[in-house]
Amino acid sequence: MNTAKLIKMANQIGAFFDAMPDREQAVNDVATHISRHWEPRMRAALARHLVLHGDAELMPIVRHALPLLDDFRVAVVPTPDERTGRQ
Amino acid sequence: MNGLDHGTPAVVSDTAVTLSIDGLTVTVPAGTSLMRAAVDAGVTIPRLCATETLKPFGSCRLCLVEIEGRRGYPASCTTPAEEGMRVRTQTPKLAELRRNVMELYISDHPLDCLTCAANGQCELQTMAGVVGLREVRYGFAGANHLTATPDASNPYFSYDPAKCIVCNRCVRACEEQQGSFAIAIAGRGFDSRVTAGQGESFMASDCVSCGACVNACPTATLMEKTVVAQGQAERGIVTTCAYCGVGCGFRAEMKGTRVVRMVPWREGRANEGHACVKGRFAWGYATHPDRVTKPMIRATIRDAWREVSWEEALAHTAAEFRRIQNTHGKNAIGALVSSRCTNEEDYLVQKLVRAAFGNNNVDTCARVCHSPTGYGLGKTLGTSAGTQTFKSMDKSDVIVVIGADPGAGHPVVASRLKRRVRAGAKLVVIDPRETDIVNAPHARAAYHLKLRPGTNVAVLTALAHVIATEGLLDEAFIAARCEARSFAEWREFVSRPSNSPEALAAESGVAAADLRAVARLYATGGNAAIYYGLGVTEHAQGSTAVIAIANLAMATGNIGREGVGVNPLRGQNNVQGSCDMGSFPDIFPGYRHVSDAPTRESFERAWGKPLSAEPGLRIPNMFDAALDATFLGLYCQGEDPAQSDPDTRHVRAALAAMECVVVQDLFLNETAKYAHVFLPGASFLEKDGTFTNAERRISRVRRVMPPLAGKADWETTMALSNALGYPMHYDHPARIMDEIAALTPTFAGVSYDKLERLGSLQWPCDDEAPEGTPTMHATRFAHGKGRFLITQYVPTDEKVTRRFPLLLTTGRVLSQYNVGVQTRRTENVRFHGEDVLEIHPHDAAERGIAAGDWVGIQSRAGDTALRVAVTERVQPGVVYTTFHFPESGANLLTTDNSDWATNCPEYKVTAVQVARIAQPPERARDARGGATRRVAAPDAS
Repeated sequence: MNTAKLIKMANQIGAFFDAMPDREQAVNDVATHISRHWEPRMRAALARHLVLHGDAELMPIVRHALPLLDDFRVAVVPTPDERTGRQ
Repeated sequence: MNGLDHGTPAVVSDTAVTLSIDGLTVTVPAGTSLMRAAVDAGVTIPRLCATETLKPFGSCRLCLVEIEGRRGYPASCTTPAEEGMRVRTQTPKLAELRRNVMELYISDHPLDCLTCAANGQCELQTMAGVVGLREVRYGFAGANHLTATPDASNPYFSYDPAKCIVCNRCVRACEEQQGSFAIAIAGRGFDSRVTAGQGESFMASDCVSCGACVNACPTATLMEKTVVAQGQAERGIVTTCAYCGVGCGFRAEMKGTRVVRMVPWREGRANEGHACVKGRFAWGYATHPDRVTKPMIRATIRDAWREVSWEEALAHTAAEFRRIQNTHGKNAIGALVSSRCTNEEDYLVQKLVRAAFGNNNVDTCARVCHSPTGYGLGKTLGTSAGTQTFKSMDKSDVIVVIGADPGAGHPVVASRLKRRVRAGAKLVVIDPRETDIVNAPHARAAYHLKLRPGTNVAVLTALAHVIATEGLLDEAFIAARCEARSFAEWREFVSRPSNSPEALAAESGVAAADLRAVARLYATGGNAAIYYGLGVTEHAQGSTAVIAIANLAMATGNIGREGVGVNPLRGQNNVQGSCDMGSFPDIFPGYRHVSDAPTRESFERAWGKPLSAEPGLRIPNMFDAALDATFLGLYCQGEDPAQSDPDTRHVRAALAAMECVVVQDLFLNETAKYAHVFLPGASFLEKDGTFTNAERRISRVRRVMPPLAGKADWETTMALSNALGYPMHYDHPARIMDEIAALTPTFAGVSYDKLERLGSLQWPCDDEAPEGTPTMHATRFAHGKGRFLITQYVPTDEKVTRRFPLLLTTGRVLSQYNVGVQTRRTENVRFHGEDVLEIHPHDAAERGIAAGDWVGIQSRAGDTALRVAVTERVQPGVVYTTFHFPESGANLLTTDNSDWATNCPEYKVTAVQVARIAQPPERARDARGGATRRVAAPDAS
């Protein structure tokens, strides 16, 4: 999957919920939205990217939300290409 | 074949009057005409200028009556019934008067009844018989109109002034029903003639070819050319139009298995006897020679097609899908459901995906149009659908149209809207472009907020700011019907100075004073209704804008009764239905998430298969996964993503990367260039089923001719499922609806028997509302209390720069429909034969562009070329085009930006540059795509 697109989508979701006054609820809502609407391979692709490349491109609210999802708590073993920086 | 005509419209009144007509006692609502009262009493009064769809006019002088105690012979169509009145419709004097009138009519009318297209259905002919006309004393020697020149300019109907009796029915239909005011009576006395425009031909005038005049004509003066050519129909079958989301009822008038004409059904509740040029006339595509009626397969998209049997095509498809799943996993295939197919067909495709494919990779073209409606209204109001009937508009005092061009996309709704505005309702249009309803004849909008594309949320939140800070909230409604906490949070948010009209005026391009005036009008102007379209949903903040609309309705109490509400204007005929039927990758029929265990278990029990609890891929995600080589098989029923979806290069690359693309359609569309299997589809005339329109109205689609390829689409899906080893056996779509009703609470009370009895039903239809629900949320919202959500405006990433200084927005025209697959194969191409780019005179002059020039258009996603129309309908800095012709390549320009919640593409905002080019480009899309439409010559052996 195109991870740049996934990061953009995650940040768009974050931007909507970021305006909500209840921060804890907003973080949960970001996680719930991604869980309920993203197909598993999309979640897995983003999770893999974050493990390998970090989460600096994500909005803080998204950074807080993703660890609430099982997909983002998995160990990732980089492929040989990923180790050498080729994606 | 027309039903009973009462002569004048029905009157609603709390008071009843009782009178006597020809000795018969009848009681009618006060204000009812004597003509209509007579019909109620079983008495038909002769008439020519009267029909119940038009206001009484009193010109033909045939419907004269005598009233006891009164002098003269008043026209019964314009005389209201009164208590105790004693009326006589048949007396020697009345008979004499009527005969004399008829004699004058006939003295200037050709006596060619036997060869006339209206023979046997001509009201003039009938009335001549009714009044007993036996001779015409005046002959044809005097002045007459018998040699007047006919006008055959319109492709669908002809006008023969020699047969015109100047009854004004056509003129009144154009005014009252359509609202175009395109035809009039020119001249006075003997010279009076119907004329289009300023003495122009129908084709050159403002006539929009809705056919209302033809329908109203009592003679053969205005007549469908198909009737002239083929003769009158033998039978009529009521069905539902397959074009836009209005869902007009039509009577298909047939000669054997051939359609002679489509007549708008007077009892159809969505259209009440009106129609547009598409539904009324543009049905010829169904039997167009381009129809593909044999299944075809090929090994690669560069090969020619090979015609095969249904059995071979289905076995090949099943084998390919199973091969892909065995190699790449069960999630490597999926399906696109058509919003043009029936509910039953849509239900079967999502069932095929969930039960036979074993995943949730099913999506519908609603993804690229109204998916934000489902999300936004579901979150706030609890139901993913519009709240009203179209007729509800008749009780609106303020009508706000946002991001919709109903004159082009939903013409019958536009006619109703203009009628209401002419009756005094205030119209507000929020749109970057001057749409047809802004300056309609005698129905001008009170406000047109020409916002900058992409700033809907800023405008809607600014309106909310005014309502919240100027004391315009409906506090009682909010306290009783909405969540206190979410309302308090929303109120605090919208009240911030940063959300004021003054703060957002520069960003939105709308003057603060106008925003304040519109907010005040919406909140205090009486019943206020919002109608919106793809100009709201097809944005990066599409779902947020829908939420903002629902917030406004709740905040002002404009929901839960007639005349108000939130009304999405759905694009295609069955967008609402395809969504209702669970054609999304995350929901089952009835909008229940796939992770909801009790719901999933109910489907597992009924379908006998374990079902996935994980959401599947949305359309754009499918294409991304295809390029990732993890999604390689697609069953595409009645959709054309290669033309309709954004960022065409990306879509085509994804389709080309797949191993088995199956297209089921009427024609070899753009997507079929990338297909390995072609399964012939069936038009709406060839199958039974139901469509659900934008009002949630479920209407019957009835088969009027056998499927040209031998199978209706539901039969094809069923056969594919059986080939895949998952048995489906339905003997009629009625059985499919029974299954839908058994598994979907909001459809629990729907059945074909009930539809037959009631004509149509609006869901929810259940034990609580056995005959359906015309108005939603009357006493409570679907999830209890209405929920306000905060709508922070986030500017789109698609920004203008020095390289791309203009914003392109896209839309539709009246005569073409969506990607044009159907309408391009009709005479409608004479109204719109190519897509053009609209550009403001300032922007054109700056670039040295003149009307009719060819221009190259470049965006961050791609480029194309179009001819230019220079017009002030678009504002400076904005250009506009349509996407009806594949060679135009409008979606080569649009980007992959999409709505945050639903991935609905941001079609409405694309930064572009426009430059004049010397000559039209070579249109070589086949070569560019590397795909072919060729069909191999039949094997000589």
